[in-house]
Amino acid sequence: MKISHFVLFVMVLSLVIFSVDGLAERDRNSINIQGSSTVLPISQRAAEVFMEKYPHISISVSGGGSGTGIAALVDGVVQIANSSRFIKLDEVKNAVASNIYPVPHRIAMDGIAIVVNNENKVKELSLEQVRKIFTGEITDWSQVGGDRGAIVMVSRDTSSGTFECFYEVVLQGQRLSPRSQLQTSSGGIVSTVNTTKGAIGYVGLGYLDGSVKPLDIIKEDGKVVSPTSENVASGVYPVSRPLFIFTNGWPKGNTALFINFILSLEGQKLVEEVGFVPLY
Amino acid sequence: MKNFTGRIIRYGLLITALSSIFFLGGIVLVLMSNAFPVFKVVGFLEFILGIDWYPAYDPPDYGIFPLIMGSFWVTGGAILIAVPLGVGGAVFLSQVLPFSFKSVIKPIVEILAGIPSVVYGFFGIKFLAPWLVRIFDLPTGLNITTAAITLGIMALPTVLSISEDAISSVPGEYKDAALALGATRWETTRSVLLPASSSGILTATILGISRSIGETMTVLMVAGGAAIVPRSIFDPVRPMPAAIAAEMGETAVGSPHYHALFGIGLVLFTITFAFNLLAYYTTRNFKGRGN
Repeated sequence: MKISHFVLFVMVLSLVIFSVDGLAERDRNSINIQGSSTVLPISQRAAEVFMEKYPHISISVSGGGSGTGIAALVDGVVQIANSSRFIKLDEVKNAVASNIYPVPHRIAMDGIAIVVNNENKVKELSLEQVRKIFTGEITDWSQVGGDRGAIVMVSRDTSSGTFECFYEVVLQGQRLSPRSQLQTSSGGIVSTVNTTKGAIGYVGLGYLDGSVKPLDIIKEDGKVVSPTSENVASGVYPVSRPLFIFTNGWPKGNTALFINFILSLEGQKLVEEVGFVPLY
Repeated sequence: MKNFTGRIIRYGLLITALSSIFFLGGIVLVLMSNAFPVFKVVGFLEFILGIDWYPAYDPPDYGIFPLIMGSFWVTGGAILIAVPLGVGGAVFLSQVLPFSFKSVIKPIVEILAGIPSVVYGFFGIKFLAPWLVRIFDLPTGLNITTAAITLGIMALPTVLSISEDAISSVPGEYKDAALALGATRWETTRSVLLPASSSGILTATILGISRSIGETMTVLMVAGGAAIVPRSIFDPVRPMPAAIAAEMGETAVGSPHYHALFGIGLVLFTITFAFNLLAYYTTRNFKGRGN
């Protein structure tokens, strides 16, 4: 009995040692990325091309949200956290407490388009009108030049990066009407607005696929701007935001190689390819 | 050696038996320790009864009353649909259909319980919601009614199956006696079988409620997600599980919002736990009467 216990113990121990050793070996040549679902397509596409160039490095990318990504970085589970918002003070405090020093890298710009159903007659709105719609002051399309009919506001969950940008630029600190519906993904907003006649929502430029109608924005000086890549890049289109990836400390080794790749001309082409606005 | 194997098996089984208790204890502990920090920011009553849910704003509001009401309305609606259909179906299966049919139809109904909830959500979004919009001329099809109908169908197999067991377990003499006294089949069912199986039907209802109130994916997809205290059955709502699932991913870990979501989880757990406890007692009651 004693002997069989001992044999079992040795077997388990050796299994643990070998697997840890194997993991460490693999770890040196793998990059784990997690975070914002908005940034996900960029890092996915970049990882595919990057791994073709450097076959010995393997990259795994997963979504889950900006908060999840930053938490994973703080826990030391991933080398890169994708985030569609800047890191929050609470998160920095958590990170520093666990000896992690998050460094932001801006990798692309994203414009947020205000979208309505394709049957809607309205073509353009001012940011003030959009704000009044989403705070519940304007409730019928006839108040903004459309056909009569109740406005159905469709919003992202209030902790998403997309909402954060919308909140700062459009709502300007005012509270979203609690009557607005909630969708947990930009894809969800597109499909709801596509099937709901009176709906209005907002999504990143990458999600414009013709199934919903993006509205032009009337600026305060009376100029009308469309949500296009050029207008976001030049800064004329007002509802835009930078997209980030975070690393622990200044990146080194493979992580630095990967980030340099995204920021290279080739990487920025990929950014454009998946529907975002390149930095240059 | 035989003794040794026997002991290994015994201890192995002991560990498997203890593991579920261990997991339950662990979950409760994690839920509580992560929920309590939010009560340093808001009082418990303010948390439960506050009508503003603005966790990501500055200053934030952590009132989950709209979410509780969302769960309440959607679950209530689901039960209003599942119980009449389930009990009616159970009576039909046990009293009207010959046994050979019942042994085919009951398993078919129980297959309903095996359909993944995301498929129900899909059915709600793509079929039920547009249909309700057309019939009632609604601005949006994602609302209490759509969610209640979808959840009602999901709870139906639970309610039907348990009610049927309860009705079938009423001793045959009760039925025979009633029929012998000249009661019609309907009178026998209404005045003898249903009252005799009432605690079983109650159990079925309670389990249907706890099935509906904890359902996440379906309500996330079809309830609309507005954090309001509803005024009409066509208002969109955000039931508690949907709020947790929607907001957890993007929340900064350790923030008051994060802890507030655990607080919602604790409230939800308490409610389903209470219902399951209730079901446990009514089941004991109904088993006792069967003897």
